[in-house]
Amino acid sequence: METLNAEQLNFEPVVVGFTCNWCSYRAADLAGMSRAKYPANIRLVRFMCSGRLDPVFIMKALKGGADGVLITGCHPGECHYLEQNYKALKRFKLLRRMLSQFGYEPERVQLVWASAAEGTYLAHQISRVVEEIRALGPLHRASDTPSFELIGDAQLQEATV
Amino acid sequence: MKQERIGVYVCHCGSNIAGTVDVGQLSSWAADALEKRGVVVARDYKFMCSSLGQELIKSDIVELSLTRVVVAACSPHLHEKTFRTACQQAGLNPYLMEMVSLREHVAWVHSDKALATQKAKALISGAVERVALHEPLDPISVPIEATTLVVGAGISGIQAALEIADAGQKVVLVEREPSIGGHMAQLDKTFPTLDCSACILTPKMVTVGSHPNINLLTWSEVEAVDGFVGQFTVTIRKKARYVREDVCTGCGICMEKCPSKLIDQVYEAGLGYRSAIYRPFPQAIPKYPVIDKANCIYFQRGKCKACQLFCPTTPNAIDFEQEDQILQLTVGNIILATGYDLFDARRIPQYGYGRLANVFSSLEFERLCNAAGPTEGKILLRDGVSQPESVGIIHCVGSRDRNYNNYCSAICCMQSLKFAHLVKERTGAKVTNFYIDIRTPYKDYDEFYQHVLQEKVEFVRGRVAEVTDAARRPGEEGKLIIQVEDTFIGKQRRIPVDMVILSAGIEPRHDSKEVSRKFGISCNGSGFFTELHPKLDPVATMSKGIFIAGCAQGPKDIPASVVQGAAAAARVLGTIQQKSLDLEPVLAQVIDQKCSGCRICSNLCPFNAIGFDLERQISTINPALCQGCGTCVSACPSHAISGTQFSTEQILAQLHGLLAESFNGNGARTQSPAFSQAELV
Ligand SMILES: Cc1cc2nc3c(=O)[nH]c(=O)nc-3n(C[C@H](O)[C@H](O)[C@H](O)COP(=O)(O)OP(=O)(O)OC[C@H]3O[C@@H](n4cnc5c(N)ncnc54)[C@H](O)[C@@H]3O)c2cc1C
Ligand code: SF4
Ligand code: SF4
Ligand code: FES
Repeated sequence: METLNAEQLNFEPVVVGFTCNWCSYRAADLAGMSRAKYPANIRLVRFMCSGRLDPVFIMKALKGGADGVLITGCHPGECHYLEQNYKALKRFKLLRRMLSQFGYEPERVQLVWASAAEGTYLAHQISRVVEEIRALGPLHRASDTPSFELIGDAQLQEATV
Repeated sequence: MKQERIGVYVCHCGSNIAGTVDVGQLSSWAADALEKRGVVVARDYKFMCSSLGQELIKSDIVELSLTRVVVAACSPHLHEKTFRTACQQAGLNPYLMEMVSLREHVAWVHSDKALATQKAKALISGAVERVALHEPLDPISVPIEATTLVVGAGISGIQAALEIADAGQKVVLVEREPSIGGHMAQLDKTFPTLDCSACILTPKMVTVGSHPNINLLTWSEVEAVDGFVGQFTVTIRKKARYVREDVCTGCGICMEKCPSKLIDQVYEAGLGYRSAIYRPFPQAIPKYPVIDKANCIYFQRGKCKACQLFCPTTPNAIDFEQEDQILQLTVGNIILATGYDLFDARRIPQYGYGRLANVFSSLEFERLCNAAGPTEGKILLRDGVSQPESVGIIHCVGSRDRNYNNYCSAICCMQSLKFAHLVKERTGAKVTNFYIDIRTPYKDYDEFYQHVLQEKVEFVRGRVAEVTDAARRPGEEGKLIIQVEDTFIGKQRRIPVDMVILSAGIEPRHDSKEVSRKFGISCNGSGFFTELHPKLDPVATMSKGIFIAGCAQGPKDIPASVVQGAAAAARVLGTIQQKSLDLEPVLAQVIDQKCSGCRICSNLCPFNAIGFDLERQISTINPALCQGCGTCVSACPSHAISGTQFSTEQILAQLHGLLAESFNGNGARTQSPAFSQAELV
């Protein structure tokens, strides 16, 4: 990494978090009820299941200005829809490989399983992920043209199935 | 595109939200900054969920002709229903409302008011963009056919069928064996009260057999299941009995006269004989025998017909020309009560079952004890004459063992104690039980254990290493020697006995995975059916209209099996009473014109909701089976599947709103997002 410039020094990353309705969204609810604190940099989006996770969402989020993405879902074996989170896991792994192929730090996309009982755990994980992404620095700089344009939807879809 | 008229409502939740988020600023910002995105009114109020708060929303919907509503308050898991109902009462489709969790996801987890307010803006901005793309939805109402299918007529299936039939509703009860009764019909006495199993079971069986509301189909199996809750179409194969039920009197002469005798592996657990034409036991329901084709001399060699010759009825009840019947029925709900298989103790070779004559399985012992069994209730060694003077009972065979099943079979401790008591009572033999832990929860169970202790039954704690007939010491000749580490004294012991009983565990039916697939439910790793919720919804499954009961769901004793049978029946009766069921309209839909017919989606659906229209060569989604997980939506390479309430457009719109607002006023960021609403379409 190059030395930090002014832009990076007061850098507040924006992290989009995808949650499933049954476990991880409820974990986030419980984090609230337990008053577990985590940085305000995360913005959660709710799906019914992590199986709905389309790599397009992640790429668009990164392209649209997010510095990182956190994927969450029920623990393996506990998905409300039986085993859709294994599909999410597969997509996540493919996506990470793609990210590094395009020259981006794969750590910008992270995966955390959290049950509805793991509010404090999820809060800790969010804090960890935000700090790791903060350390990576901004994804977008004024001088950058994000090369994500290179990835067509067709390639993304291959990662999906 | 028509501009929506959106109302934004920010809740203070007393000081819960207002303490950390600048709610006043938030609502004036929303009215101002989001105006171009359709927000026509934004208000903040102390308690949005109170009746006054709801009134505020309702009157705005009417007065300002709102077409969309965003409520920024607590978690949707708390109040989504409240605000949906409020919208509906004001004439707005409930699915045109979106909630933002300001309390749980912002106010309670952040401390910096400026940052929290900034995040709240981003979330509201996302919700506003998303809700604009929401579509009005109506719950899918499915009529409930009143007839219920119960599969498996062990005690739990019998209980379920009787509860429903007694409530005045029709039941089709399908049993694969020639008689109903299941495992309970094989047992002698039942713990902890030691009532005779047949005495408490037979009356129920008789009621089932004669109940006007029960259509009993024994010697039958379900071949296929189609459709969904309320309207399942089931295909049942009623195997040919070769005995006419309309004329047979059940006199049993045919069974006596049949020259083909063979070992009864099912009902008598291999200890007794039956003929090729048989009913498993005298009190069988129905009373009509069946011809087991594979062992019938006529069917195999073309000659015999002894049964027909001796059958006293006119017309003759034996009909060699009978054929399997295929029945198609419509049922509204299904209860699966297919029970369990006994762990096959041959899988533990060192215990000698199947090799050493006087090693018995638990079910064999039940038959030995049973007055109607092969020894007329006398506890005898395999030679059929000598009584054992010493008996060893081994607990947990095949259970709590990494090599076989990790789980506890729940009944073996009590069953082993019952065996110890019966041996003591009937033979006075010396009894030693070998156990890992004694597990006797539930009413009167531990009292039973205390009672058995007083009968001077010996207990050795330790997992048995081996049962052998190789004598090494005086006194061991001609005996079975149980080799065990007694963990109380920390020593290896060799205990010679005449008879060994293996308390084999309860396993899922060998075909439980196949059955679960047929009915579209799931199994755990071992093969027991999976319930919707292990504590709060133990008899429902993820597939609506399909319930489970008894040992098919997991190891349990008779009282628990009965409770589940009754519980499943209560759930079914509840839906029958409603006459129709409203299903959540949150689901996936195939856009016909876009589907290429690749069928990638169909394998991904965990609920078999995706079918294929052969004529049009496109996939179709059954709305009553789809649970709305969205997996197929993200997997379709042709973008041919859309999700109501979770379409790609809606999610991308939310992301756009979220990110657009994340940069406004955030001085740290220089670059504006490259992601514009125009790109979404
Ligand atoms: C040796 C032994 C002793 C026991 N003693 C006691 C005791 O003293 N007290 C006590 O409370 N519990 C006892 N139990 C436990 C008891 O047997 C069970 O709790 C009870 O029988 C479970 O009933 P069920 O209806 O769930 O299953 P089952 O009795 O197994 O009945 C299932 C039925 O479904 C049928 N079936 C299976 N698959 C299909 C299919 N695909 N289509 C159609 N029909 C199908 C089977 O033929 C069977 O009739 C004992 C168990 C054992 C092994
Ligand atoms: S994946 Fe898409 S294109 Fe393929 S069959 Fe399913 S709906 Fe049709
Ligand atoms: S959304 Fe899920 S449940 Fe519905 S059809 Fe698609 S994969 Fe099946
Ligand atoms: S429902 Fe949580 S991952 Fe599927």
